[in-house]
Amino acid sequence: MAESRLGRAGMLALGAVVTILAVTGTAFIIAGANPLEAYHAYFVQPLTREFTLLEVLNKATPILFTGTAVAIAFRAGYWNIGVEGQLLMGAIAAAGIGQVVEGWSPLVVLPLMVLAGALAGAAWALVPALLRVRLGIDEVVTTLLLNPVALLVVQGLLHGPWKDPETGFPESPRIAAAAEFPQLSEFIPLIGRSRLHLGFVLAIVLIVVAWYVLARTATGLRVRAVGLSPHGARFAGIRVERTLLRVALISGAIAGVAGVSEVAGIQFRLTEGVSPGFGYTGVVVAMLGGLTMPGVLLAGLLLGDLSVGASSAVRSLQIPSQVGDVVQGTLLLVVVGAVAVYRWRTTREDDRPADEGEPDHDEPPDRPEGRAPVESPPA
Amino acid sequence: MAGDGGRGDLAAELRGITKRYGDLVANDAVDLDLARGEVHALLGENGAGKTTLMRVLYGLTRADAGSIVVDGKPVSIGSPRDAIGAGVGMVTQHFSLVQPMTVTENVILGRTTGARLDLATARRAVEAAADRFGIAVQPDAVVADLSVGEQQRVEIVKALARDCRVLILDEPTAVLVPQEVEALFETLRRLVAGGLSVVFISHKLHEVRTISARVSVMRRGRMVGTAPGHTDERELARMMVGRPTFGVDRQEPLWHDGEARLQVRGLSARGNHGLAALHEIDLEVHAGEIVGVAGVSGNGQTELAEVLGGMRQATAGSVTVDGVELANRGPQEVMRAGVGRIPEDRHASLVLDLPVSLNLIMEHIDDFAPGGRLDRSAIEAHAEDLIESYRIKARPGDRVATLSGGNIQKVLLARVLSRDPRVVIVSQPTRGLDVGASEYVRTELLERRAEGAAILLMSEDLDELVGLSDRIVVLYEGRIVGRLGPDESDPERLGLLMAGRDGAAVSAGESIGASAGASGGTSP
Repeated sequence: MAESRLGRAGMLALGAVVTILAVTGTAFIIAGANPLEAYHAYFVQPLTREFTLLEVLNKATPILFTGTAVAIAFRAGYWNIGVEGQLLMGAIAAAGIGQVVEGWSPLVVLPLMVLAGALAGAAWALVPALLRVRLGIDEVVTTLLLNPVALLVVQGLLHGPWKDPETGFPESPRIAAAAEFPQLSEFIPLIGRSRLHLGFVLAIVLIVVAWYVLARTATGLRVRAVGLSPHGARFAGIRVERTLLRVALISGAIAGVAGVSEVAGIQFRLTEGVSPGFGYTGVVVAMLGGLTMPGVLLAGLLLGDLSVGASSAVRSLQIPSQVGDVVQGTLLLVVVGAVAVYRWRTTREDDRPADEGEPDHDEPPDRPEGRAPVESPPA
Repeated sequence: MAGDGGRGDLAAELRGITKRYGDLVANDAVDLDLARGEVHALLGENGAGKTTLMRVLYGLTRADAGSIVVDGKPVSIGSPRDAIGAGVGMVTQHFSLVQPMTVTENVILGRTTGARLDLATARRAVEAAADRFGIAVQPDAVVADLSVGEQQRVEIVKALARDCRVLILDEPTAVLVPQEVEALFETLRRLVAGGLSVVFISHKLHEVRTISARVSVMRRGRMVGTAPGHTDERELARMMVGRPTFGVDRQEPLWHDGEARLQVRGLSARGNHGLAALHEIDLEVHAGEIVGVAGVSGNGQTELAEVLGGMRQATAGSVTVDGVELANRGPQEVMRAGVGRIPEDRHASLVLDLPVSLNLIMEHIDDFAPGGRLDRSAIEAHAEDLIESYRIKARPGDRVATLSGGNIQKVLLARVLSRDPRVVIVSQPTRGLDVGASEYVRTELLERRAEGAAILLMSEDLDELVGLSDRIVVLYEGRIVGRLGPDESDPERLGLLMAGRDGAAVSAGESIGASAGASGGTSP
């Protein structure tokens, strides 16, 4: 009780770190590695050499996009779990345009592809968003279920019209040179040879813009209000349904650009494996980042670091790459769990003396931590 | 502080109870004696520590210091189970009944042993208990179908059936109509005559004086003193608030005949479950007038406020403000027409996790965002301004969730009234507020009235309604069953109308709108 809130946060943070070390350390030991060496390989080593450092940024690129897409939707209380499918739609759009723009100027092609990818992602997000806003149908289910459908569309294209005519593999033909995202090393002499491409810059710009809009604009305030209290926002005259619809479409558009970035920056063609679950990792990034843009940036970079570290540790320490997933999963569960516990404890302690504050029976339940109730649309 | 009961005959003693929540001392070395067979009122403003003290006695809260003696034996009460074992029962403000279960099931809940459930025996036990205590309950009724007053009786039977000798009632009358209050008091008198001791938490002076043998008054976590139940109201009020008197002055009606500012015609609407909640409501409010809407909760006041505030669809009828049609127009247009809304559910109507400054601009964000960019210094200045003029105890950056109920209400008031609304729709403006904050809120409303606003006031506090309103309409089952002028609105008459008794006998002045359908209720 005399314990300060800061002290409590400190204790929780310490507990979280200890838990993470205990769980991941155990995983490393089971995998036959020295935990200290493993942590070093996973988190420190990738940052020590220029090539691997750039690769960290490269690995972070798609999940910075998807993390942003998820975070802004969640901030509005729209639980878009369909970023994976929306990303695939963006990838299809990029691959489609990339096949037919041989000889065009990149100055035309690149904006066109980004725009088309954004529209494709938004289009894939449209139906669940409308169902939620008009009929109150849970978007968690609908957006999630559309992900495998999107993958089927990709597979249909790759086994059908877009099958590579030369190799016969289920891969689309390589996109035109004009449709490739330029690599940063071509522009910035300081940057050594790497695959790091325009997509990373776009992701950073996007995060800055998203931060600005959320934190500093009227639109952002409306989005935050809708996410924190749909009823309170509606009462104050904010058009909740319209806000949700727009946020859902923007989230889908960002996811679509993530798909463009992967096709135009890394793969140069559409493949079935264009996204190894970037959409789902985006949920991890958004949650780890506390749904804030600086948090998303840090979490995206951290998971990029982890990804590069885990793949090099396969060789250097013979740790199976799946241990990287264990570490990622542990991070997510412990961090999100600790935040939830922190909020719950502080909320309860804050609320206790208020026992006498409200003799009536309309006290709201604790914080609306989970889903906001779906409200019927106004006329 | 020992009362006239004598030490030998104490049902319970609390000694030096101290409870801290962080820096806040909810109970500061509080002593209380409860004599056998008395109704002992615990009086105090909200936040005075009454409920905390009783939660300690019932084991819902653990005290930091102090001791409890029940029936002359020191007891350690760490949970309601311990309290029940020691013979202490409590009916909290929020009933702890399982709605879909029957009365019998609720009464035996938590007392079953083993795997077998003998409902027939249980039912007989409940009937016997109800008979013994003279409390009418139907053992087979489903709790959800019962009125609030009936549910309260079930709670009392539940406590008594566990052989409690000390019964704590936390603001039991808050949810009752006057007639139900009288019935409750009858029951309590019978029970204390049989040796039960009752702690009656309240902040309503006249009730306290009616029912209690002794009154203990708390203020800011301390026990101010114990007085006989018949102590003068002004004296009790002085002990409670620490200043001589309180109250608001209302001038004579300001409006003159002419076009009403707010006109409601034939308004109907459905409630949350799709059932009709409002039937062809007609009413008008003039500039400079407060019209009160009386009614037991659940008779359409909530829906009326929501329709008028743009938060609920009307199924028929019209709402006009200065001739502008507003039915089914949504909150933006309602506000644009000059309507300010202070809702019943103030928590849900603010964004609790955003700071005070942003909540204060929430109804007109664009005024503080030239070109879409939030002007943070203007927002801050606006907040400082309203915090000062509405005496809100908060800083602009504080999350609303961290404020007290009174200050949350002031945030809403400031947000609405600072925009000079021509019509104010206000529901339960002082519910849950302490005397100081209530007085402030009422004064603000009267000030708006003096400035020519048309105010529609929904309140379950009859004293407040009668004190503030120029005219009162009574809602019963979604219909206006009575309209009372300034001199006709005594609480008893209101109580009868609110309880759905035939309104014709008490109607006066204006005609009764659509009361025919509601007149089939019980007759006295």
